[in-house]
Amino acid sequence: MRHLLSAADLDRDAAVGLLDTAERMAATQEREMKKLPTLRGRTVVNLFFEDSTRTRISFETAAKRLSADVINFAARGSSLSKGESLKDTALTLQAMGADAVVIRHQASGAPYRLAHAGWLASAVVNAGDGTHQHPTQALLDAFTLRRHLVAAGDAGLGRDLAGLHVAIVGDVLHSRVARSNVDLLHTLGARVTLVAPPTLLPVGVEAWACATSYHLDEVIAEGRPDAIMMLRVQRERMGAGVPANGAPVATGFFPSPLEYTRAYGLDARRLAMLPEHAIVMHPGPMNRGLEISADAADSPRAVIVEQVANGVAIRMAVLYRLLAGEREAF
Amino acid sequence: MGRPTDATTGPTAGPTTGPTGRYLLRGVAPLGGPRTDVLVADGRVAAVGAEATGARATVVDADGLVALPGLVDLHTHLREPGREDAETVESGTRAAALGGYTAVHAMANTSPVADTAGVVEQVWRLGRDAGWCDVHPVGAVSVGLAGTQLAELGAMAHSAARVRVFSDDGMCVHDPVLMRRALEYVKAFDGVVAQHAQEPRLTAGAQMHEGVVSAEVGLPGWPAVAEEAIIARDVLLAQHVGSRLHVLHVSTAGSVDLIRWAKSRGIAVTAEATPHHLMLTDELARTYDPVYKVNPPLRTAEDAEALRAGLADGTIDTVGTDHAPHTREDKDCEWAAGAFGMLGLETAFAVVHTLMVATGRMTWADLARVMSVAPARIGRVDAGPGAQGRPIAVGEPANLALVDPAARWTVDPASLASLARNTPYAGRELTGRVVATFLRGRPTVLDGRAVPPGAAS
Repeated sequence: MRHLLSAADLDRDAAVGLLDTAERMAATQEREMKKLPTLRGRTVVNLFFEDSTRTRISFETAAKRLSADVINFAARGSSLSKGESLKDTALTLQAMGADAVVIRHQASGAPYRLAHAGWLASAVVNAGDGTHQHPTQALLDAFTLRRHLVAAGDAGLGRDLAGLHVAIVGDVLHSRVARSNVDLLHTLGARVTLVAPPTLLPVGVEAWACATSYHLDEVIAEGRPDAIMMLRVQRERMGAGVPANGAPVATGFFPSPLEYTRAYGLDARRLAMLPEHAIVMHPGPMNRGLEISADAADSPRAVIVEQVANGVAIRMAVLYRLLAGEREAF
Repeated sequence: MGRPTDATTGPTAGPTTGPTGRYLLRGVAPLGGPRTDVLVADGRVAAVGAEATGARATVVDADGLVALPGLVDLHTHLREPGREDAETVESGTRAAALGGYTAVHAMANTSPVADTAGVVEQVWRLGRDAGWCDVHPVGAVSVGLAGTQLAELGAMAHSAARVRVFSDDGMCVHDPVLMRRALEYVKAFDGVVAQHAQEPRLTAGAQMHEGVVSAEVGLPGWPAVAEEAIIARDVLLAQHVGSRLHVLHVSTAGSVDLIRWAKSRGIAVTAEATPHHLMLTDELARTYDPVYKVNPPLRTAEDAEALRAGLADGTIDTVGTDHAPHTREDKDCEWAAGAFGMLGLETAFAVVHTLMVATGRMTWADLARVMSVAPARIGRVDAGPGAQGRPIAVGEPANLALVDPAARWTVDPASLASLARNTPYAGRELTGRVVATFLRGRPTVLDGRAVPPGAAS
């Protein structure tokens, strides 16, 4: 593995291998001394063109637990806000000797360009690009699914997600999490159903390796999902916004927050309809009361906080695979 | 329209004659027909066949070459004034000559915008001074391309540049009332409105064709309906007011159907396809390389095939390059930050030949029709001393392109004459190459190399 740009680039064995490595990484995190010497002397740059404190901290923690040097390069407050190009930033990082660049960018494909345009020799990890991909999120979701619904610890090693049914609910159109999960969960043998109002499903979704539905109640009652993943819905997507500068605004993707919540929100009623064993997931940050109610978010079936913890293990596994190769060092 | 000296300079004789001298094109095949000899003298086709003799003429060995009327582009961005870092009138028209063109129409989206007689005359003069091919400025429809107020179309029409094609290309004339007024107004001087069909509200922030690929790569989609809805409206407007409409860079199968329908109703609509929409598809966006970013976007394989079928059956009238030079920094970036547009002048003939003639879907006469005759007629540059798109016949102006149909070549961006390098065909092998271009009897290209105006042959 040279880069991690898209969940679609992982075949079953590579994906299971990463989950297995993450499982071993997670085990080391239960030790008193959490830090491993594996990446001592290596430099990981977190290049964040878009604010995401949680994802950056997760990558930073992962790199530090592996003893890598970490440089946080935030687009705001750097020369990027003065208009430095992605290319010049890449050349700078190359000159500084970055071994891996973790990039978050608002433009779909920016990590792909960073990896393939010939600007930079480092390994590139996509930490979320536009509405394209967020592969470490999909990996941590798959890891969480495996631990809860297949087997945790050593018993899970080598296992994929065959036979599981996962419903992903919400703003699929603008979601890199949904795209990454459809790719990865399908590769791992799970069945995915996307649930959204028609306005929040992209034209072309019919080519994806998943089913789609406009009806959440039907999917819960008839599809009996083993897990339900609620996507964040951004408030600016709704209703007819008020123009700040008099310019016309895009018509909303749905009429009102209340109507969205009625049709697609995970509330106590829908939570009760889910199968006994089903888990509730959310990539965060949540809009409580919009796509997920407090009842659901705080219920014992919610694994949302655990997803965050698993994120560190997954990102350790990814950095380890990219920078340490196959050496066993822990 | 052209350089007045071209029309008045007489033969000065001798094999080392000046650039407006006599040339014997030996063994050439006009429009792919039987091989013959063509004598060019005094800026005109002086003799064809047995009467064409080499006395006092420079002999050009044209055995195996096909002669076409000099190509005419209705859709070129020369970038001057304003973006001389991307292209100048000189570099762009040199690229045009190397591509077999003897006339180009320079789009109005320069800085300042070509929306006054002053700017169009400036561009026209720059073209005349460069001398590589005729430059016919396109006038903006609206002031500043802003889509609100008609530009002084009459002043541009009556300027030295004699503008006949008006377009806000790059922007759609989306206001239906403004479009109606423009269509009506240009009738006074036999003008034509060339529409960039793009419904702006349906394409806000759009980056690529909306479909299976955009869904996967996560780039905001530019739906086919945003083009088709404007074309449907405009053909009905053109019918209502009895005006000529030219639709630029038609890119979807649905648009081809609409134009076919409009023509069947007798509406005076003509339509253009670009080489890149004929050859390339949205699959290239998977590379995220902005060299494949263009407006309208590359569409699906089905759309490209519909365009090729429409070109072959005459629904599509012209191939226009939409030659759109951009600096490297405007393309060496992430997709969303990249500029829209691709180079086209130096590859257009080879692309059309590869797709349509080498495959037997079109004849050489068809190629001449879509790349020379029809564009010249639509732009109203097919008559008078500067006439373009004329038959290869005795007495006609000697605007000619000689092409080698057998030449196979691989596009190398570094070897292009354009100042810019944003060709989407880098590394692609094409069939057919321009060997020589004559502008009113003067070679602008010989042996595939540009011959600077004024240089001895």
